[in-house]
Amino acid sequence: MTANEKVDVLIVGAGASGAAVAWSLAETKMRILCLEQGDWIKSTEFPTNGRDWEARRYTDFAISPNHRGRDTDYPVNDDASIMKVANFNGVGGGTVIYTAHWPRMHPSDFKVKSLDGVADDWPVDYWALEKFFEENDRMMGVSGLAGDPGVPPRHPPMPPIPMGKTGTKYAQAMNKLGWHWWPSDTTIATREYEGRAACINLGHCTPGCAQGAKASTDLTYWPLAIRAGVELRTRCRVREITTGPDGMATGVVYYDAQGVEQFQPAEVVIVACNGVGTPRLLLNSASGKFPNGLANSSDQVGRNLMMHPWPIVSGYVEDMVDGGRGPITCMWSKEFYETDPKRDFVRGYTLQLGRGTGPATQAIVGAAAGHLPWGRDHHRAYLELLDHRVGIGVACDDLPEAHNRVTIDPVLKDSNGIPAPRVDYTIGENTRRMMEHGIARATEILAAAGAKRIHTSRTELNYPGHLLGTARMGKDPERSVVNEWGRSHDVKNLFIVDGSVFVTGGGVNPTSTIQALALYIADQMKQRLANLFD
Amino acid sequence: MMTDDELRDLRDIAGTMIPANAGRNLPGADDPAIQADIVKTVGRDLPRVKEAIAAIAAKSDGTFASLDVDRREALINEYFAGKSAPAATLGRVILGAYYRDDRVLTALGWEPRAPFPKGFTVEQGDWSLLDAVRNRPQLWRDDR
Ligand SMILES: Cc1cc2nc3c(=O)[nH]c(=O)nc-3n(C[C@H](O)[C@H](O)[C@H](O)COP(=O)(O)OP(=O)(O)OC[C@H]3O[C@@H](n4cnc5c(N)ncnc54)[C@H](O)[C@@H]3O)c2cc1C
Ligand code: SF4
Repeated sequence: MTANEKVDVLIVGAGASGAAVAWSLAETKMRILCLEQGDWIKSTEFPTNGRDWEARRYTDFAISPNHRGRDTDYPVNDDASIMKVANFNGVGGGTVIYTAHWPRMHPSDFKVKSLDGVADDWPVDYWALEKFFEENDRMMGVSGLAGDPGVPPRHPPMPPIPMGKTGTKYAQAMNKLGWHWWPSDTTIATREYEGRAACINLGHCTPGCAQGAKASTDLTYWPLAIRAGVELRTRCRVREITTGPDGMATGVVYYDAQGVEQFQPAEVVIVACNGVGTPRLLLNSASGKFPNGLANSSDQVGRNLMMHPWPIVSGYVEDMVDGGRGPITCMWSKEFYETDPKRDFVRGYTLQLGRGTGPATQAIVGAAAGHLPWGRDHHRAYLELLDHRVGIGVACDDLPEAHNRVTIDPVLKDSNGIPAPRVDYTIGENTRRMMEHGIARATEILAAAGAKRIHTSRTELNYPGHLLGTARMGKDPERSVVNEWGRSHDVKNLFIVDGSVFVTGGGVNPTSTIQALALYIADQMKQRLANLFD
Repeated sequence: MMTDDELRDLRDIAGTMIPANAGRNLPGADDPAIQADIVKTVGRDLPRVKEAIAAIAAKSDGTFASLDVDRREALINEYFAGKSAPAATLGRVILGAYYRDDRVLTALGWEPRAPFPKGFTVEQGDWSLLDAVRNRPQLWRDDR
């Protein structure tokens, strides 16, 4: 095995959180190295460059690593999970193929036990993270509109994305119902921003933005971190974190681009592999001293997986709307976000009001929903769908349950022979009730907008790629994996900064909060550099 | 690779699923250019597409092409209603190639081009509608 020169800080994973933490720590002038299993993705590789742009969503830009099957992906056995894993493995991680919708978790999300009597409170609150949310919004470049009564104050540096015809339709419907709506925050640049071009409404933001208007961390944090001295090595897949006789992490073993096994020694190891990759790595790092996996004396590593069930309710209006042009999600509603004792569930959800799709995708989803017959009637039916679609996502809060978990599959391995993760996940009763409530409200909105052929696609079809909770934070070492500032309770030079540290899921897309937390943890580390391991 | 028999069956199936419509200036999915596109790009979907072709052939006792159009359409719609993975793949592959054909896009009012680099225009919409929301009381719970 080749041994490398020791670094001060080794980060595993160059996604949303790994990038933020690398940038933040760079000012310490420590020697920082990040190992990432994937590649840099060039904007010329994204589907909207070519005529096959819609089809590639099902092949090399599929959201499931199992379907995508790049050699930089690792397989996931999610057969026993009602929701499938969606991710991207490369510089930027999930932000390369995310939809760039940018809500923050609410203050109440951090206090679910004391406010609603369920799950656990977080060991940090919204207000401790507030300045990091703001810093992250500036770094990622957020477009939005201040003054939303639905969320705490925030200051998006760019104006919101256009409402368009679709948004106007929703707004009229929401006002008719008297329900809250607001243009969504998004990390899509609406004007030139820090070297990023303004959005030109390609409309296919999720599988990568050829224009470079969407913020992914390969465009935002990484160039700055690298300029500040951080080294990023791609095509390096970490197999395990090694430990010494004192129980401290000594570094990692990884396979380089040629498949050669390497040892990388480090003073501090930071794991940023997401809610599936992180427990996989910790469990694969079991040793004589840590027989149940590293940092797992609590038996919480891999447990409490939260994936955000996400029904989508769609319909078709008579007027032509925006179709698949423009950023997909144009507004949110917080009308049903906070707990209401009159409902049969606690917690709540965000409604995400979205635009339509491109021509091929419209045909595919129309056929799947049974709205598009085959044969001579096909064309008539299709013309009633294309550019007439409206669709609402119900982003449900997800509470932790110990049996929803990531373990190591006994058989499946990646291309380096590293055991792959297995995911077991079911939807809890509270969430099911919440889903039905949200589906009913979304249906009312579409009806108020004059939509016909209303169709609900329940969770089984919609995988938002939110992977949370599998190495949760907490003050009690018997019930949590990392402490209130991200350090492992068991291994004092091991930190976790990705979505796996979430205590509860919130009813929002998580990345704004993941990155704010990563910046917060980096800040805590910087403040404690002299006694980081005490 | 598809065999000649499979290629012929694929053409017959696709032409039944999406027939030409002269009134709307739309080719059928059995059009040679669209068929060539399917064959060129089927890639990793080939095994499932072959499975679907075989299943439809079996369902019609190998007589699909000779059935009258009503029976062909009924058979296809019945096969797709089963929602099997091969059916979904065959549908996606045919729709993917059909709805990127220049003639089809033009007939639908879409420019036949990739979205990048020209992009599209999306109007701002009616922002005055937001006035109804601006002065609502705070909805989020303040825990402080
Ligand atoms: C299709 C889709 C749409 C989404 N839309 C949104 C959205 O609109 N808004 C939102 O907030 N969120 C969205 N998300 C979620 C968002 O992408 C994730 O929340 C976010 O990227 C998670 O950040 P992370 O740092 O936890 O991990 P990731 O960003 O997933 O980064 C983990 C990185 O670690 C690397 N890695 C893992 N294991 C190893 C190993 N053993 N060795 C080396 N490297 C390794 C991976 O390759 C990856 O690059 C979406 C996700 C998907 C898939
Ligand atoms: S809509 Fe804007 S952000 Fe989305 S892909 Fe197009 S240019 Fe990029």
